[in-house]
Amino acid sequence: MISLENVTKRYGQFTAVDDVSFVAQAGKVTGFLGPNGAGKSTSMRIMVGLTPQDAGRTLIGGHRFADIPNPSRHVGVLLDASAQHAGRTGREVLRLSAETMGIGRERVEEMLTLVGLSGPEAKRRVRNYSLGMRQRLGIANALLGDPSVLILDEPVNGLDPAGIHWMRGLLRSFAGRGGTVLLSSHLLHEVEMIADEMVLIGRGKIVAQGTKAELLHTAGTYVKPEDPAALQQALLAANITATPSGDGGFRSESEPIDVGRAAAAAGVVLAELKRAEGAGLEEMFLQLTSDDARDAITPEGVQV
Amino acid sequence: MTTAPATSPSLGTLDISGTSKVPLTRLIKVEIRKMLDTRAGLWLIIAIVAITALITVIFFFAAPDGERTFLNYIGIMATPQGFLLPVMGILLITQEWTQRTGMVTFTLEPHRGKVIAAKVVAALAFGLLAVVLACVIASLATAVSGAPGAWKNIGVDDFAKFTLLQVTGVLQGLAFGLIFLNSAAAIVTYFVLPIAFSIVASLWGALADIAPWVDLGTSQQPLFSGQNLTGEEWWQIVTGTLIWVVLPFVAGLVRVLRAEVK
Repeated sequence: MISLENVTKRYGQFTAVDDVSFVAQAGKVTGFLGPNGAGKSTSMRIMVGLTPQDAGRTLIGGHRFADIPNPSRHVGVLLDASAQHAGRTGREVLRLSAETMGIGRERVEEMLTLVGLSGPEAKRRVRNYSLGMRQRLGIANALLGDPSVLILDEPVNGLDPAGIHWMRGLLRSFAGRGGTVLLSSHLLHEVEMIADEMVLIGRGKIVAQGTKAELLHTAGTYVKPEDPAALQQALLAANITATPSGDGGFRSESEPIDVGRAAAAAGVVLAELKRAEGAGLEEMFLQLTSDDARDAITPEGVQV
Repeated sequence: MTTAPATSPSLGTLDISGTSKVPLTRLIKVEIRKMLDTRAGLWLIIAIVAITALITVIFFFAAPDGERTFLNYIGIMATPQGFLLPVMGILLITQEWTQRTGMVTFTLEPHRGKVIAAKVVAALAFGLLAVVLACVIASLATAVSGAPGAWKNIGVDDFAKFTLLQVTGVLQGLAFGLIFLNSAAAIVTYFVLPIAFSIVASLWGALADIAPWVDLGTSQQPLFSGQNLTGEEWWQIVTGTLIWVVLPFVAGLVRVLRAEVK
């Protein structure tokens, strides 16, 4: 289990990770989803101590990463598949890790076979590897110490559809045996295919989290008023919970008729009022990925 | 999403009681391996061996008969080795950043000080091997070609001075690697700084006067001479080493311990 508690990281004026809290549970694949530059990689580097955080803490299975002896025997990490010495062979990369961990060479060969890099590929230098092959090598490196927790940054990047399918099977069975998997991606459909739980991050803040079913089937109402502030007041008065959707509109769990009544009672002009139809996650993700709209996102559901 | 209930602590907790820490000896073995398992590293080691042998042959043909003594053979090897050993030290540190392998290295062992310690030991082991190699080649050359009295005046202090010279070079390389975390910048600075210093010193007399105290190259000069050093000369080596080895090493270490690895 991985837990982040109020983790914050600033670079000068820029807050890369802003008060992030979430839990990735054992036995599940948790997808960490967000556009490029949203703070996914920084959060993951903080989890394993490569980046010092300014506030908050991260625990893996109840321990700080640095307090875990020989951590790769418990936590498999792949942060950047390209971060390998170009002049080493695939096999040599794994042998160096295995020697550090204190495990035998048979395990190296097992992992090379598991990720499909045994035979001639293992003897080639990483310089000559495609991104997909580097990802496979990185996965082998993460699994080498037989860990029970996996932290993978964009592991599907560069894989072909067959590779994505393979990765999905691999991670599912890992979680099925009780392991914890946290994987990040900037592509919603990748994560949808692999993950049970999802955590959405944008501009360093968590904007949504829950099971795939919860997030994909947010029934309810989408409403876009002429004056957002006035509608907030009106919904507050009617005791209706709503979340800004980033385009001047709001999303609410309540029925459209109730939202319409609240607006009418306060005399707020509505430009749009419709059923949300379960496209909430995709729409929210598109909002996150379009630069000009990112300003409008706030992390909390606005209690109005 | 909630955390695991208190009644089943095994659910979300890692049992680390059966795992022991990564011992330093294992890290040292890994670092030695890292110096040999790439073409760049392997060729650097081959170059050190080959150039040490080559310069012996050149000296054998070029030096007048009376000059072919053991100490002179050792003395001429100090220069090429002194150029290449620091480069080895630099690369051992900077490959983790230039090739970005630090992301793996410092996740396998999050205590960075321990990793750096292993690198220092590994690099010093290679430095000492180079000293042994120089002594072996010099002995062979002297046995074959030595002038009358070629073995005279050899004391323990001669080996100590030679070792000190090479070890300082390796440590300075490590220090420059830690400061710059970039192979090109560290190597260029390592070679250009002494040249720049002597140019400035030649233009500015005051600097030339204090050069033995602040320029390691100048203060190490007596170590090559085969004569005994005065107390002042030893102190000049101490100050030169402080400025060019200890200070950058400490500053670089602090930087590496705090830096973000990405």
